[in-house]
Amino acid sequence: MRQRVAVTGVGVISAAGLSSGTFWESVRAGRSAIAPLQCVEPGALRFAHGAEVRGFDPLAHFEPKQIDFLDRFAQFAVVAAREAVRDAGIAWTPELRGRTAIVTGSCVGGQSSEDSEFVELYKKNRPRVHPLTVARVMANAGASHISMDLGVTGPCFTVSTACSSANHAIGHALWMLRSGVADLAITGGSEAPFSLGHLKAWEAMRVVSPDTCRPFSRDRKGMILGEGAAMLVLEPLERARARGVRIYGEVSGFGMSADAHHLTQPAKDGALRAMAAALEDAGVPPEAVGYINAHGTGTSANDATECAAIREVFGAHGDRLAVSSTKAIHGHALGAAGALEAVATLLALRDGFLPPTANFSAADPECDLDVIPNQGRAAEVEYALSNSFAFGGLNAVLVLRKA
Amino acid sequence: MSEDLTERILDVIAATQKLPRDKLSIDRSFAELEIDSMDGVNILFALENEFNITIPDEQAKSIRSLRDIVDGVRGLIEGSGQEGVALPS
Repeated sequence: MRQRVAVTGVGVISAAGLSSGTFWESVRAGRSAIAPLQCVEPGALRFAHGAEVRGFDPLAHFEPKQIDFLDRFAQFAVVAAREAVRDAGIAWTPELRGRTAIVTGSCVGGQSSEDSEFVELYKKNRPRVHPLTVARVMANAGASHISMDLGVTGPCFTVSTACSSANHAIGHALWMLRSGVADLAITGGSEAPFSLGHLKAWEAMRVVSPDTCRPFSRDRKGMILGEGAAMLVLEPLERARARGVRIYGEVSGFGMSADAHHLTQPAKDGALRAMAAALEDAGVPPEAVGYINAHGTGTSANDATECAAIREVFGAHGDRLAVSSTKAIHGHALGAAGALEAVATLLALRDGFLPPTANFSAADPECDLDVIPNQGRAAEVEYALSNSFAFGGLNAVLVLRKA
Repeated sequence: MSEDLTERILDVIAATQKLPRDKLSIDRSFAELEIDSMDGVNILFALENEFNITIPDEQAKSIRSLRDIVDGVRGLIEGSGQEGVALPS
């Protein structure tokens, strides 16, 4: 019989809250953390808003010398992992450290460190960049720093699949626990995309909203970037029960697909195949699902395509399930998105309360689903999906189950 | 000037899309030329550089044909009073 996998700890750093508790309060209430960007001068970009993490003091978490080694995205990863491990009440032994896996997701790694060093080189005409640039920029820095911080010596790696990174990471952690390769996993994603160079690249793609993120609304104008990290502690359900620890829920299924279609345009077929694969992996029929935390970026193409894919997978049941995008609250945190949304989904199942799609303004016939507009609601749900669909046509979907 | 401008815009689009210049005329639509959304933002980027203009997102969304592009670029150049000065390369 296949190992069932429980989530026993969660940790979050987000614009919507600097801990899992404060994050969930914001998400539940539909309080959007999208605000005018502080990281760039006003007028530097055609868009002016983002979901920036405010009030995060690295010195509250790291020694000054440590900070030199840590890009912001890696700081977020470590702080979220510490919270998740503390939350799970892990009692470390040398054996457990060797049997613990770390799988993180990140889309752009420490690009803000690269950006600031390249300013030195190209703009200030200095002849050298900081010797720690390579080590700060590498996308696996988050995973590496978690392993060093916690003394975890088992399998440790990073998945980089753009906006699907965290879901791919969590899915692989699930597989490692099912297969017995590891007894415990710390998994999720972290991202810190707010540097001028990177924001300019998003501006050029013309997919960022000039005001805010309004998933599924007829007048939606695009996505809003976010930053942060979320980490989850996963372990075999039986082991968690034997420890007598609080169980948030289960990761029951994982499905992946590639669109093989276009670098940036989503394809319905890829999205629906990933959802179907996740349900098959979980061994549950579509009718068992009561909630979907959608990819829901707020772009014209994603939301319409995703809704069409959901309709096709769920058929008539599509009218009975609730769908929301919490990106209107915490922004699109790229490689951290799936992890933030997995935490939001697990807490929704635990509390029997589905978070709303914030900033909703007008129904769109192309997004004809119950998108929980603006007001969350009580609902007892056993199974939920959490969707992530990446640029490059790479899709990763998790099935999460109430404890 | 007006015809010159049209020719320059079509040159930029041909170069960006790697299309033979003689396939392009002002009456062709994006759909006919198989120009998708990502191609579209590449073309706008090249035009912004060529004419030293900034094309607003809202205006960009309404573009469907080469004529829309030519009209839009002309309006922006006239608005900026720069007479289509190219960036020094």
